[in-house]
Amino acid sequence: MAIILPEDPTPIAKVPSTENKTGGWRTFRPIIHYDKCIRCYICWKFCPDAAIHFAPPDAHPSPKEALAKFDTVEINYDYCKGCGICANECPVNAIELVLEEAGGEEE
Amino acid sequence: MHRLTIPEEEYMLSGHTACLGCGATIAMRYVLKALGKRTILSIPACCWAVIPGVYPHRNLEVPLLYTAFEVTGAAISGIREALDVMGKEDVNVVGFAGDGGTADIGLQALSAAAERGHNVFYIMYDNEAYMNTGIQRSGSTPMGAWTTTTPGGKKRMYKWEPKKSVAEIMVAHNIPYVATATIAYPEDMISKLRRAKEMKGPKFIQILSPCPTGWRYPPDKTVEVSRLAVQTNVFPLYEVVNGKYRITIKPKNPKPVKDYLMMQGRFRHLTEEEIARIQKHIDENWKALLKKERCSQED
Repeated sequence: MAIILPEDPTPIAKVPSTENKTGGWRTFRPIIHYDKCIRCYICWKFCPDAAIHFAPPDAHPSPKEALAKFDTVEINYDYCKGCGICANECPVNAIELVLEEAGGEEE
Repeated sequence: MHRLTIPEEEYMLSGHTACLGCGATIAMRYVLKALGKRTILSIPACCWAVIPGVYPHRNLEVPLLYTAFEVTGAAISGIREALDVMGKEDVNVVGFAGDGGTADIGLQALSAAAERGHNVFYIMYDNEAYMNTGIQRSGSTPMGAWTTTTPGGKKRMYKWEPKKSVAEIMVAHNIPYVATATIAYPEDMISKLRRAKEMKGPKFIQILSPCPTGWRYPPDKTVEVSRLAVQTNVFPLYEVVNGKYRITIKPKNPKPVKDYLMMQGRFRHLTEEEIARIQKHIDENWKALLKKERCSQED
């Protein structure tokens, strides 16, 4: 990590916190089952780590034709701490929490 | 294409050092989404003083000035006046303090800033104890709660004094805008912040932000606990615009307070009689609030 020394006497923090990969804290890995996802973005809304972002509509399969034009969501596992709020709030239970050691790599 | 109910812009970065399922970070996300990029924050000692990480890390896309515990009100007053002199009147100045820094330690600075009438926001994110230093009791801790300084045991020394209502204290300062909000209702919170943004003068918003570590519940229940606090009338959502009360979310059939209490380990010790006592206290508060709304809306 590069430490930036301040040019003026007031110390100003300039390194974005995205350098901290907080994903290492995770015990449970949330996995989105896209065949159930209704694109309501409630998981995005409530994520305390801002670790859920939008992806193009065609990035993942959609359960219904009518939903195919809406963006999908993806979890950034570099920062997700695995709190599980998304899984708890998901209205259609499309997010599953898998124990990290159990190899939650793929769906 | 996506349809969203809250602004998409993100001013809080990932990679912060908050606990799993932290309610205060969700509160900050919404506050910055509502107020936008032209905002200056001032934060005293509280959880948010450690969440952005150690120097040289920054976590927010807006300027942030750390202050001592008791001077948030004074700091935001100074920033406001300096900005006004520089002609930057469109910048929002926000004090973002915890409940200890608002209800106990920072009350005099807040009261003075409100009395002087600076055009600032003061946001109290209420996690109902000094969570940053290890769950010590604050004036905002609710009745019956366990904390590390009000432990249990045979003498049942839990905190039995009722929660201090900082929102009511601020209403008594006759400031233009006072509101309560919680993270389970982001649209409500953001509309309140936007309304406050259009007003001149001190604006105070109290945000209930559940804390999984201190309230002793699993981290995935943060939003659920916050929602239950409203649905059981434990934390009513209302706004006071120039002295006129308006309850923004009225639960049709309020749930029993027991549902809210039993979700949290800090209330696990409560007996049936004690729960009934808390229920009575909550009902009285709710009735008083309804009365205030009715009385202030007349004439």
